[in-house]
Amino acid sequence: MTDMQVTGPAEQLFNEQLRHRLDSWIVKYPVNQSRSALIPCMHLIQDANGGWLSEDLLKALAVYLDLPFISVMEVATFYTMFELSPVGKHKISVCTNISCQLNGSEAIVEHLQQRLGVKLGETTDDGKFTLREVECLGACCGAPMLLLDKQYHEFLTPEKVDELLEGIK
Amino acid sequence: MVTIEIDGISLSVDASKTIIQVADEAGVDIPRFCYHKKLSVAANCRMCLVEVAGARSALPACATLVSEGMQIHTQSTVARNAQRAVMEFLLINHPLDCPICDQGGECELQDMSMGYGAGISRFSERKRVVPDKNIGPLIQTDMTRCIHCTRCVRFGQEIAGIKELGATGRGEHMEIGTYVEHSLISELSGNIIDLCPVGALTSKPFRYKARAWEMTAHPSVAPHDAVGSNIEVHVRRNEVMRVVPRDNEALNESWISDRDRFSYLGLNHPERCLKPLIKIHGQWQETDWQTALEFAVEGLKSVKAKNGPEQIAGLISPTATTEEAYLFQKWLRGLGTDNIDHRLRQQDFVDDACDYSLQDWDLSALSRSDTIVMLGCSIRSEQPIIAHRIRQANTRGAAVFDINFVGHELFMSDVHQHVVSPVAMMQMLSGIVKSLLPLAKDIDTSDWLPLLSERTPTAAEQNVAMQLSNANESVILLGELLEQHPQGAKYRKLASLISRLTGAKLVWLPKANSVGHWQAGAIPSPKASKAIPLNALSMWQQSCRAYVLFNVEPELDCVNPVLAMSSLQHASFVVQINNFVTQQMQSYADVILPLAAFTETSGTFISINKKWQSFTGAVAAKGDSRPGWKILRVLGNISRLSDFDYVSSEDVLSTLKTELRIQPHGEQQTYLPEDLQLEQGLTYIAEVPSYRCDSLVRRSSALQNTPEMQELTTVKIHPELAQKLDLQDGQQVLLSQHEQQHALELKLDETVARDCVYLQATTSVSAQLGAAMTRVDIKPAGSLT
Repeated sequence: MTDMQVTGPAEQLFNEQLRHRLDSWIVKYPVNQSRSALIPCMHLIQDANGGWLSEDLLKALAVYLDLPFISVMEVATFYTMFELSPVGKHKISVCTNISCQLNGSEAIVEHLQQRLGVKLGETTDDGKFTLREVECLGACCGAPMLLLDKQYHEFLTPEKVDELLEGIK
Repeated sequence: MVTIEIDGISLSVDASKTIIQVADEAGVDIPRFCYHKKLSVAANCRMCLVEVAGARSALPACATLVSEGMQIHTQSTVARNAQRAVMEFLLINHPLDCPICDQGGECELQDMSMGYGAGISRFSERKRVVPDKNIGPLIQTDMTRCIHCTRCVRFGQEIAGIKELGATGRGEHMEIGTYVEHSLISELSGNIIDLCPVGALTSKPFRYKARAWEMTAHPSVAPHDAVGSNIEVHVRRNEVMRVVPRDNEALNESWISDRDRFSYLGLNHPERCLKPLIKIHGQWQETDWQTALEFAVEGLKSVKAKNGPEQIAGLISPTATTEEAYLFQKWLRGLGTDNIDHRLRQQDFVDDACDYSLQDWDLSALSRSDTIVMLGCSIRSEQPIIAHRIRQANTRGAAVFDINFVGHELFMSDVHQHVVSPVAMMQMLSGIVKSLLPLAKDIDTSDWLPLLSERTPTAAEQNVAMQLSNANESVILLGELLEQHPQGAKYRKLASLISRLTGAKLVWLPKANSVGHWQAGAIPSPKASKAIPLNALSMWQQSCRAYVLFNVEPELDCVNPVLAMSSLQHASFVVQINNFVTQQMQSYADVILPLAAFTETSGTFISINKKWQSFTGAVAAKGDSRPGWKILRVLGNISRLSDFDYVSSEDVLSTLKTELRIQPHGEQQTYLPEDLQLEQGLTYIAEVPSYRCDSLVRRSSALQNTPEMQELTTVKIHPELAQKLDLQDGQQVLLSQHEQQHALELKLDETVARDCVYLQATTSVSAQLGAAMTRVDIKPAGSLT
């Protein structure tokens, strides 16, 4: 999204609509504790920016929340759900942690790689999918699982994966 | 109070303390990396695990509060096993490159692994490698060595007031850095070198220079600001290798400024003066001390004989020791002149007879203050440690007002910043006084009433007045830009009135050892003769026949460089006693005497809290240079003055202690300004940059390479003024002041007051301009008029 302002005074950053949504999170926390709103704000900006956060946007967010830039980066680099470079339209995060691994996540990864023609961490040429490996997402009871955008999909088999991909074509 | 037991020792301790604090006080050693007494508790290194009877597992001593009946074991099997296990984890990724690591020999990790580590490693996997970051010319990084204690991160956040370093990434990918590469801008950044328990952050200028065990440590005192930070000078083979802080709770706590830490790099500058020099028939020649000293005394005596003693003037740098200042004035007064001063950048002396000094004030009072008002004060560059104290007060909730001609970032939250022109500052102060008048019950302010304007005080002025009068403890700090103002006394008297009306302490921030210089009598006061003595400005205006300069570079250190240089060129005899020798000195001086630097002499600095701090030399004087007190003593001997037979600087000190502080010559004890008017027009704001404040700092290569020293010759004005004058950013402009003109690059800067032209002082450019804080004109370069 290119219509976002990333420099200038705080009250002009991003755009009006996004500012409104950021503010709705900021007011949930006590004054001078805007830091608490950092993660929800990053989600909002990431969604508004096609799924990733640029350095400029994060700098602007630091100004908006009156936080040191490095404090914003600490959080942005800590969580795998925040993307710091452009990603595909849909993000597939496959869990390869122990429960999923014991239940066959390797086969799921293999299948996805073949089907999409990309390796883990890569984006398809048409920019539609980004494939990622993630650590435990807390759905061990449904292993193996993946996260497609914001939806969990559990008890995966290669066929179920195909179905899933067909569904969003 | 609770009763606890540590390793069988029974103690009665404050219940608000943690185990590690109690153990430290009791002298029980608990290993630690992330804990530091001056920083918040992170409890992330786990090295301080101790056994507490009844607890399920070992507990971190830094994060566990003591409680009644607690039994703590720091050496039990549980504790030792926990510590050993933590050590093994810490060493997994540590490179163990101690032989090529600068921290080797003084490394907390190395020491701990000797004490708690296993002899062999069970880890056979590949260690991770972390790329180094360039964080500026002062600090070297070797990030592979980092053990993620986050002391440096917390230091930035909690002490320096600006979080520049952080921990990015997670788990095995966690790294300490700035994310986007840049130089650290904190004036206290060097302290993270000492805080780092491993060799991840080390001193860049000191890199590969010496080993900890090769050096001897000499306690000393830093000479660059009035705090007199306690330092340790580390010496190897008669060379100063580095400077580190020495704890002093009343002054610098555990910190020193980057200026105090890295100024030593100037000691070996190629301009260091190593031999006495005299000029004979226009030719400079090296000579021996006896010849040079006799030459100096003869020259001054002939001026005295021909033109009278009042034609001799002496200026001494406030960085000189108290003993040097004392002997300097004693020698010159012996020659018959009272023209002695150390206030090199002051322009208004009409209130000289008013005593602004405070008897009972110290830095802890500043940290406790509820309201702090700074006037014309760039505190982070003038007095970095005082800035830190103000930050402490600010963190506690103190209201901080920064009223200045240029707005500097203070790294404090909610500072009331007012960037104003000199005229507006005067109005603001009188507005504050006006809002306070209804409160003046016992104080007679009738003299002032006609001077104050009719204007109703603004909300901002009322706010300052209210915050000052409501505070339990408040302080008004007068800074260097105000000191330089040719009408400085008007501001001072207004500030002093505000202080009387509100009970706020008024602190005129001293330069370096100027408290010592006042004590030693290095001020113009009629003692030797009946003539009205000349001060640091009038001795240039009157153009004396002879000058004696003690570690002063007038074109940089004095407030009116052009005036000073022209008086020097016209003088018939100039004695320069200096650490360095420059072409400029050779152009005006007749004799140059090589002076030992502060690390090479013994002496006393008197800090802002009136504490006398004596120190001894850490190294022998370089080349043929000699300690100032010896040079001045022999000058006194050769001048055949009595009472000049001191054998040590302690001798000088004990004499000067018996003499009372003298007051400079002044018209009236209670000076009252005639009006509060100021000259209209643009004012030349000549600010002394942090790393240009004295001759040694100016020659420290690492400090000169810092980013803040890169825009020294750029003129800055407010964009609105630029618009009015039709000037553009980046354009060449002509700065003119009387006959002087200078073409410089212009930069638009919103932090400069609207009626001001900002150009940093103490540079080759400012050396060609006249008085600071006076009228200046600016126009496009190349224009005809």
